[in-house]
Amino acid sequence: MMPAQKVFLSGNEAVAAGVRLARPHVIAAYPITPQTTVIERLAEMVEDESLKAEYLHVESEHSALSACIGASAVGARTFTATSSQGLLYMAECLHYASGGRFPVVMMNANRSLALPWNIYGDQRDSLSLLDCGWIQVYAEDAQESLDLIIQAYAIAEHPDVLTPMMINLDGFVITHTYELVSLPSQEDVDAFLPPFLTTNKMDLDHPMSLAFTAGPAYNQAFKQLQHQAVVSASKIICEVEERFGQRFGRNYPGLLETLYCEDAEFILVTLGSVAGTVRPVVEKLRSLGERVGLVRIRYMRPFPDTEIRNALAGAKAVGVLEKDISFGYEGTVFTNVNSALMRAKVQPPRLLNFVGGLGGKDISAEDIEQLFLRLKRPDDGETVVFI
Amino acid sequence: MAMNYPVRQRSFKPPKDLAEYPVGIAFPAGHLVETNASWRSHRPVLDAGKCTNCRICWLLCPDGVIHTSKPGGLEIDYDYCKGCGICAKECRQKAIRMENEAL
Repeated sequence: MMPAQKVFLSGNEAVAAGVRLARPHVIAAYPITPQTTVIERLAEMVEDESLKAEYLHVESEHSALSACIGASAVGARTFTATSSQGLLYMAECLHYASGGRFPVVMMNANRSLALPWNIYGDQRDSLSLLDCGWIQVYAEDAQESLDLIIQAYAIAEHPDVLTPMMINLDGFVITHTYELVSLPSQEDVDAFLPPFLTTNKMDLDHPMSLAFTAGPAYNQAFKQLQHQAVVSASKIICEVEERFGQRFGRNYPGLLETLYCEDAEFILVTLGSVAGTVRPVVEKLRSLGERVGLVRIRYMRPFPDTEIRNALAGAKAVGVLEKDISFGYEGTVFTNVNSALMRAKVQPPRLLNFVGGLGGKDISAEDIEQLFLRLKRPDDGETVVFI
Repeated sequence: MAMNYPVRQRSFKPPKDLAEYPVGIAFPAGHLVETNASWRSHRPVLDAGKCTNCRICWLLCPDGVIHTSKPGGLEIDYDYCKGCGICAKECRQKAIRMENEAL
């Protein structure tokens, strides 16, 4: 392994650094807060020729992803980045990319949705598009963001997967926070990530009809294959992480991460940067003898249902803390966790859904302590609790 | 010959199970596996005796279904003709009449 460089980067800059190392052929993006600095850095890299890529200044997010799909359809490695309203503006193209099995890699800066207008972080943008057929992963810090970009190409382009991948960073909390990041060498990334090769492309030697209509007799089979591909990504993600750990010395725990869940009675399940706030609270309560634990969901698709059951089935009460609400019911992460637990062979723990951080509302360490206290209180019949 | 139609591949076998489907929405180019004329209500019928082989119909047919390869005259490909009637309207010899097929 070549020596890695330690650099002081924001989450967005770490993503840009990761993208450069992954050597995409085409980058198409439209700026939106808080994603903008990713594509500013990438534009600078293309300008100073430290990144040899086509950088397309498109007129909208819809066009950004459309351009990536077109480029992917000739076998190019592609990157785009967006956030919030921009992600929703891409919505129909998200399905085109996943349905066409084009392994576009995209960063999304998690940000609230209007109205009321707000540029700060929550996860309603990506979670409202959970069903678009993309692999969805949520980073906790800048280092993980960089590593996920490099891993994403290996996962998305794997022949068993061929599915686009969305790497989510909490707006501002990750995108704009500066951290010391280990930057791998280009030689190591090249050895880890070979060039993208696919047969699912336009090719003069093998002319193909691409992205066509499939009527009622054939359509469902394509959807079934797509589902199988995302399910099988679970295995590929673990394989890629293992290979990544061997080469770069940073090990990742698969679809989710657990802390003290083996004997925990009260567990908080969450995702993204807020896990970084929960972790020291769990350590503090543990030092006081409290049997508490943390589950950090990394991948929402494919969803770690077995891992969720293994981690939570023995607990007395579980709180799902998320920056999302599906109006009229509950948070989408909660729905998924609940569904996984319903398949457990034992009586599932009591479940509470803590909805917080909407529009960037702060979630403090004190708030997290209160959530653990709330989990210990007897059931009062409430399920969805706004914090 | 037909304008741009690839040869129909009658040998096409629909996939039997998921394993026979392509990865990605892709298929080798040049396959036309189904006829496409089911919404036609009137078919153009060519009177070879009146036809002078001027080929105005061949030139103006929006779907390219007038074949010129047959020795001795033109031939209309009813597998793809949509029945628009342009050929009949434009024919200077009035050699093409539209015949109601919906009856």
